[in-house]
Amino acid sequence: MINMLQLLKQSKMILSRSLYLILGLCITGFYAYAGGPTDHPGENPATVRPAKDTSIKLPAGFTATTISEGLSRPRHITVTSNGIIYVKLAKLKDGKGIYRLDGKNGGGAIDKATGFGNFPGTGMVVRTGYLYASSDEEVFRWKLDADNNVISPDQPEKIVTGLLQRGEHEAKAITLDYAGNLYVNIGAYSNSCQVQDRATGSLGRQPCPILDSAGGIWQFKADKASQTYGDGIRYATGLRNVVGLDWNTATNSLFVMQHGRDQLHSIFPAMYDDKQSAELPAECLYELHKGSNCGWPYIYYDPFQHKKILAPEYGGDGKKTGSDDIQDPVVAFPAHLAPNGLLFYTGTQFPEKYKNGAFIAFHGSWNRAPEPQKGFFVAFVPFKDGKPSGDWEIFADNFSGGPELTASGRAKHRPCGLAQGPDGSIYVTDDSKGTIWKITYKK
Amino acid sequence: MKRNYTILILAGGLLMLGTTLMSQTTKPAATTQARPASATQTAKPGATQTKKPAANGSATLGAGEMKASMDRGKKVYLEQCLACHQADAGGVQNMNPPLIKTKWVLGDKTTLVQIVLKGLTGEIEVDGDSYHNVMAPHSELSDQQIADVLTYVRNNFGNKAKAITAAEVKAIRAKTK
Repeated sequence: MINMLQLLKQSKMILSRSLYLILGLCITGFYAYAGGPTDHPGENPATVRPAKDTSIKLPAGFTATTISEGLSRPRHITVTSNGIIYVKLAKLKDGKGIYRLDGKNGGGAIDKATGFGNFPGTGMVVRTGYLYASSDEEVFRWKLDADNNVISPDQPEKIVTGLLQRGEHEAKAITLDYAGNLYVNIGAYSNSCQVQDRATGSLGRQPCPILDSAGGIWQFKADKASQTYGDGIRYATGLRNVVGLDWNTATNSLFVMQHGRDQLHSIFPAMYDDKQSAELPAECLYELHKGSNCGWPYIYYDPFQHKKILAPEYGGDGKKTGSDDIQDPVVAFPAHLAPNGLLFYTGTQFPEKYKNGAFIAFHGSWNRAPEPQKGFFVAFVPFKDGKPSGDWEIFADNFSGGPELTASGRAKHRPCGLAQGPDGSIYVTDDSKGTIWKITYKK
Repeated sequence: MKRNYTILILAGGLLMLGTTLMSQTTKPAATTQARPASATQTAKPGATQTKKPAANGSATLGAGEMKASMDRGKKVYLEQCLACHQADAGGVQNMNPPLIKTKWVLGDKTTLVQIVLKGLTGEIEVDGDSYHNVMAPHSELSDQQIADVLTYVRNNFGNKAKAITAAEVKAIRAKTK
């Protein structure tokens, strides 16, 4: 027979013990929901307790600190003179395409993340009291007050509109000079201007009709509303796609990094083998002036022959060179590394050798397959008197997480945007996993 | 009986914890801004979509034939597909879609064959992400090569699906403009 009293006693004990258990679980659940110091999409989607990231390999004296995680595809980034970080997202986060990151306590700690702007995109630059941002078709700006706060976040001013966007090379990276001009990359909607894009054996269109409205850098006024192609000028042509670009204040000129063409082997299998296809063409740094022609699609730069080689689409055979009125790169980097950020360093925090030199964020390759992929690092080129003064070197490495992840291309992080802070630190974004680092130097 | 109660309450607590944890990882519903109408293109294989093709020839292969087809198909993959879709068929973020357990690979044979024949332009959505690099047509491949590479892809990389035969490809090609 069941002893009811005993059962009741037992039940009370179970109940009280269980209540403690439930309470414990509730507290855990609540804590997990409200978020600890790391990643949570709620009030502070991007805040983390800054932590040294020793997985990023740097030269002696440099430290990488993770200052933000959890933003969706952060692309280009800019830091104001009073330390406010603005970053552009290629994928909306809680409906917002720009995030402002604030840290009251210094040391890189972000304690507030505020979203605004309702379009995804790449470009993000602060210049002369305005924050400029781009979608894949337009450029907007917001007026900043004296403390670099956006005055009317819900009312951006449309500066440029109607830019071509056909899916390929669609990111409209931007920069500005200090003379009231805005520069916009309009990437070619094609790999090599073939009749049939990326098709085996398809030859190039003669002449390439893309160049009259894409495949170059367009210059607009920084302060005129709703400009279209007719209001701008084609500043430079023959550039397949530029994501990393910067105005060099030491030379007072525009520098760009080009994404070189893909698939030499897939398209011309008898002319290029897998290895040649993996190693050609170079990713090139160019210094541009009005009227510059960098040669796409007619030539590509071969970093082994140090020549502008006629593209096979235009009758090339891997040896024939292209015409002479095409300019040479300033630096030629290994093929397919995908340069997504360019920053000329003007700070004094880093050692003297870095002054006026160029940092390049290499997103990492995909088109070197079946050869191992490469990239996923930030490179540096020292400059003196406006020209490179030494070979390029890897500055910040191991964003991929290790050699196998680099080789397979399945990198943990992919460097994209670069910015310099008012104290001379530099910032790097990862548009794959969303991490943002601050890199500092201490003797 | 004592054990049952404890387990029940423990399970209830874990369920609550699980639900709260899950709710914090839900993605927001709208992640991308609507593009201007003129710029948006949905993926089109480039031919009129047909209803299911009439069964034409054997739709199943014997084990030996299947293996032979896949071995040939692997060679085609290495030469024709790997450059973009990568060695692990995982694709490239934003650009070239993955081929791993997606509805495009495991679904309708006609659509899949037509993608290989005609290529793909515009944006394609796969498992919540969008990709927009151009895929060139591969109509120069023979019916057998296309059948082999698709059979290979559909039975590797975590995929499991019926083979595609040369006869099926031939029939689809015939009605594809």
